[in-house]
Amino acid sequence: MEAYGYGLYLVTLLSAGGIYAILALGLNVQWGFGGLFNAGIAGFFAVGAYASAILTTAATPEHLGGFGLPLALGAVAAMAVSALIAWGIGRICIRLRSDYLAIATIGIAEILRLVLKNEGWATNGPRGINRIPKAFEGLPEPWAQLGFLAMVLLTVLALYLLLERAWRSPWGRVMTAIRDSEAAARAAGKNVERFRVQAFVLGAAVMGLAGAYYAQYIKFIGPDATDPLTATFLVWVMLIAGGSGNNRGAILGAFLIWTVWSATEIFTPRLLGLLAGLLPADLAAELKAETVVRSAYLRVFLIGLVLQVVLQRYARGILPETRPAVAAAPPPAAARERG
Amino acid sequence: MWEFVNFYFLPGVVLGCIYALGALGISLTFGILRFANFAHGEIMMLGAYFTLSLTALTGLPPLAAALPAMALTVAVTLALDRAAFRPFRGAPAIISVIASFGLMLMIRSAVQFFWGVQPRPLLRGIQRPESFLDGAILLPPKHIVIIGSALVLMVLVHLLLSRTRIGKAMRAVSDSPGLARLTGIDVEAVIRATWAVAAVTAVAAGVLLALDTHVESMMGFKMLLPMFAAAILGGIGRPFGAVAGGLVIGIAEEVSSFPFGGTEALLNPAYKSGIAFAIMVAMLIWRPSGLFKGRVF
Repeated sequence: MEAYGYGLYLVTLLSAGGIYAILALGLNVQWGFGGLFNAGIAGFFAVGAYASAILTTAATPEHLGGFGLPLALGAVAAMAVSALIAWGIGRICIRLRSDYLAIATIGIAEILRLVLKNEGWATNGPRGINRIPKAFEGLPEPWAQLGFLAMVLLTVLALYLLLERAWRSPWGRVMTAIRDSEAAARAAGKNVERFRVQAFVLGAAVMGLAGAYYAQYIKFIGPDATDPLTATFLVWVMLIAGGSGNNRGAILGAFLIWTVWSATEIFTPRLLGLLAGLLPADLAAELKAETVVRSAYLRVFLIGLVLQVVLQRYARGILPETRPAVAAAPPPAAARERG
Repeated sequence: MWEFVNFYFLPGVVLGCIYALGALGISLTFGILRFANFAHGEIMMLGAYFTLSLTALTGLPPLAAALPAMALTVAVTLALDRAAFRPFRGAPAIISVIASFGLMLMIRSAVQFFWGVQPRPLLRGIQRPESFLDGAILLPPKHIVIIGSALVLMVLVHLLLSRTRIGKAMRAVSDSPGLARLTGIDVEAVIRATWAVAAVTAVAAGVLLALDTHVESMMGFKMLLPMFAAAILGGIGRPFGAVAGGLVIGIAEEVSSFPFGGTEALLNPAYKSGIAFAIMVAMLIWRPSGLFKGRVF
């Protein structure tokens, strides 16, 4: 019986990890391929989740729709809406340096959160959207969860194959050329803005798909369902630790960091307990009283520390980028410089 | 008419002064260190918390406690620069942006860990507004303090940048780091001075905001977008452009909920924070160099 419990835990861990892997693949297209900074991943994710939720839930007076459409259609719409927003932002900011894109994306994520919270007629406001249908939920347990997991993992595999193809294609080579030397790519006659917008939009569409899956997975979506910055940040840590510019690295980083993140949920309260043992009794009692709340902040702090260490010591990640053209030889150091 | 001035325009000026102080630091660091510092809002929040604890420990009034809090925050900022930003000086700027993004979360979670998340007042009690022009204009004393201290600080920063050696060196590095280095300017010293000025103005902005509202762990993040918008509106690397930008955005945010010509607010106050974003996007489209011909990276 215990093994069954662990098995189910593994299934949820992998399902959530798979959704993060989709997000990390999306970010890899934007940052790894194109050098485009996106600080608003949670925004694109949320828009995808809401679009899919509104289209697929059964009719209700609580929010716009639901239209009771098939889940696949919801997923496609999630990608389309997310892509559309990325296109708008990209058109405006892509000609400027990536700092501006970072500021604009963090801004758009915040505005989207406001809209989702305040336009109650469409989104049910702060109460969010409930009873979102989930793929395979008609099956008996554990097959329902396994079916969903299989769908997520197959999607990760399909995206991996597609993006690997894109990476090796002329399009991918132009993207990395632009990333590494914009001036040279421009001199070679490439339309830098257009390629960048394409990468940004493609990445955002992938993130929208992750949102649709997340809405199915939790069966609920609200404006504050996840702390947007923590979620965005986790995806960044996943990609950079795994190896930006490498699709396999993105997937590996997602599962690895997600496992570590989930494990710290168990581990940080114990760490706090150990700390409390070293402190004077009154302070220790105070620390213990809020252990659960405080350990949540400790987790965010630690994951931030992981990013700083990786950035400074292992900037290329676990699986470094390999250039398709010169796969046999290590890429020159200059190729990693970005601007 | 006076209702507009007292409840929309003047609060806008107060908020604008706070934004202006915050944007000043963003504009300086962006101009001299050449990256958008996402942790600026959290430095501001940290300073407000230091002030809060110092008032509790020493019984000093908030504005007096702000001075040692500024010194502490400058020390923390310099340490953070050494630990998190100095290793990336020669690297592409975007790496520093990522590092600052991480620092933003680290500082906030550390504050939440030590101080908790309950909003806390810096100033207790309710203040009676002072009246001017036979009661036409009403202004609570704290708002007079906010506008006054912000003005004093801006004048001090102006004097620093225009009259002192290090201030001139800062402007030189902002205009051309390579040339500044060739003329023998110690760029690392300039960077330290920049962080110090940015931290002092950020703490001032945080304390003044806390005087007006309260101290809370999300205050820095809420200020981030308006501060960036103000810095871009004024032109990156133009400190007084940032001040003007801060005032414009503060006033625009407050005035936007005035019921012009009707009973409905012009803009649903829930979307107030969208104003800064809208102004920023408009500037990025039509004039990325800002109103005062700043730098575009």
